Amino acid sequence: MIELEAVTVSYGDSPAVRALSAAFEPASWVALIGPNGAGKTSILRALCRLVAYSGRIRIAGRDIRGMRRRELARTVALVPQIPETPPALTVAEYVLLGRTPYLGTFSNETKDDRAAAARALVRLDLLQLSDRRLSSLSGGELQRAVLARAIAQEAPVLLLDEPTSALDLGRQQNVLSLIDSLRSGSAPLTVVSTMHDLTLAGQYAERLILLDRGAVVADGTPAEVLSASTVSAYYGADVRVINDEDGVFVLPVRR
Amino acid sequence: MSAGSARARSLPRVEARGISVSWGAGAAAFLVVSLLVGLAVGPVHIGMGSIAAAALSHAPFLHVHSSLDSVDRAVLWQLRAPRVVLAALVGGMLAIAGSAYQGAFRNPLADPYLLGVAAGAGLGATIAIADGSAGTKSALVPVAAFAGASVAVVLTYVLGSSAGAGRTTGALVLAGVTVTSFMTAVQTFVQQEHTNSLRDVFTWLLGGFSTATWHDVLIAGPYVVVSSAVLILHRRLLDVLNLGDDEAASLGVDVARTRLTIVAAATVGTAAAVSVSGLIGFVGIIVPHAVRLLVSTSYRAVVPLSLVAGGGFVVLADVLARTVLSPSELPIGVVTAFFGAPFFAVVLRTSRSMR
Repeated sequence: MIELEAVTVSYGDSPAVRALSAAFEPASWVALIGPNGAGKTSILRALCRLVAYSGRIRIAGRDIRGMRRRELARTVALVPQIPETPPALTVAEYVLLGRTPYLGTFSNETKDDRAAAARALVRLDLLQLSDRRLSSLSGGELQRAVLARAIAQEAPVLLLDEPTSALDLGRQQNVLSLIDSLRSGSAPLTVVSTMHDLTLAGQYAERLILLDRGAVVADGTPAEVLSASTVSAYYGADVRVINDEDGVFVLPVRR
Repeated sequence: MSAGSARARSLPRVEARGISVSWGAGAAAFLVVSLLVGLAVGPVHIGMGSIAAAALSHAPFLHVHSSLDSVDRAVLWQLRAPRVVLAALVGGMLAIAGSAYQGAFRNPLADPYLLGVAAGAGLGATIAIADGSAGTKSALVPVAAFAGASVAVVLTYVLGSSAGAGRTTGALVLAGVTVTSFMTAVQTFVQQEHTNSLRDVFTWLLGGFSTATWHDVLIAGPYVVVSSAVLILHRRLLDVLNLGDDEAASLGVDVARTRLTIVAAATVGTAAAVSVSGLIGFVGIIVPHAVRLLVSTSYRAVVPLSLVAGGGFVVLADVLARTVLSPSELPIGVVTAFFGAPFFAVVLRTSRSMR
């Protein structure tokens, strides 16, 4: 269980997130949606303490402020929107860096760490690519490598900032299905992602939280949140929403 | 092993390429050969075999007897050996410091010389020498050099990150050039103001290793050993820092503290090296990048191999410096710049892909 209590994130004078309170169930997939500047990324950054916030964030009952940084990294893994991928590292070396929170400051990886990295490579189907340099990967392969690094962290909470923004439609679906399959592993994985594509958000996440100017304006299942009136009110977009047995589809309509 | 092999078939071999045995041995051999060449070359001919025997005669239990007479022995142990050992210490230090700055600032062009650290150390040392109370051989010189070097690295970093909004590689180097110019100007002023100690300062600045003694080795050695040890311990964390501040922090690394430790260690070592050898440029660029090209871009390899190969490189550069125009000596900084500047140009052209 992740609990946010009156969380406020400010950059200078302007708050990006205003007194936000919410709770995310374990093993659920929550998508944070909303127009640009709504505060989606700021919430993810607060959850891994990359940004100062007021209020309280608890994971499994523990205030994350009281955690050591390494301990927090064993609890929360982050996949940033534009990850740094040093071109000359091999996929295996890169994924192995995900074990950093388990290592003493100056120690090297143990057999257990190598095994955990190997499991992550297997789960993301990167076996064949493990000796390839990151610079030689395609966009979809690179995104899988970044996910594998986060999975190697073996944290129960996975934060994804726009996990598919650099991918074409088919690869977006592949990556999102892969993330969905990761949730059904032996250890329950809670996924919190920000997403621009409302249709894909509704297809994969169980719960959508719509943010506007740092506050929650709608919260519920995709069918509850993605109504034409809500989307047009907060995105300023003209859309048609189709809701059928395959899910909710948000389609832009020319004005 | 048999139980493990079944697992090994289902799981890929996941390992970070550190230093392979062959590269480790290769770098060590390069250093040893460089040291022997450094000991052998000079106006008085002393054969390689005699040098090896003389060196081994100091080792216990081997019972090797040196065949050198007392003059040769004095030339070897009081003139050449301290010079060669000091060159190896300074070279190793400048190279490992370069690799550490490159990792800590995530900038392939970072180098003790280009960041202004060497100039800052030079200014600090000049003030200490010009003050008169301290001779060029005082233990106070490295401390003053460290103070100057610290001021320089902080100035460069602050100026570089405020000028380059996106912390571009060029902004940091331009900031380093600015700081270097300023430090050098102040240094010249201090020199001219203290004309009585001017000769001391000039001797030291052109320095190189022509005046090297065992005393210099004793002054610089401890700093080099401690600083290198700290940097080698951080080699894996340098790989993590390479992912950027946010990702390193989300992997549990205290980024600010780690960067501060690395930069402080590199600066202490650089200051000690500069205080015994004067300003020698480009070693911190050439050696780490050569390791990257030949071995691996992982700091696990770059940091320790830079130390060893940097030692060999500067010993050989010093051999060139004292032989090319023999009997007069070329400043060693001229030799390193001759090779370093073209190398820098290549790194500059490819640095976009090396980030």
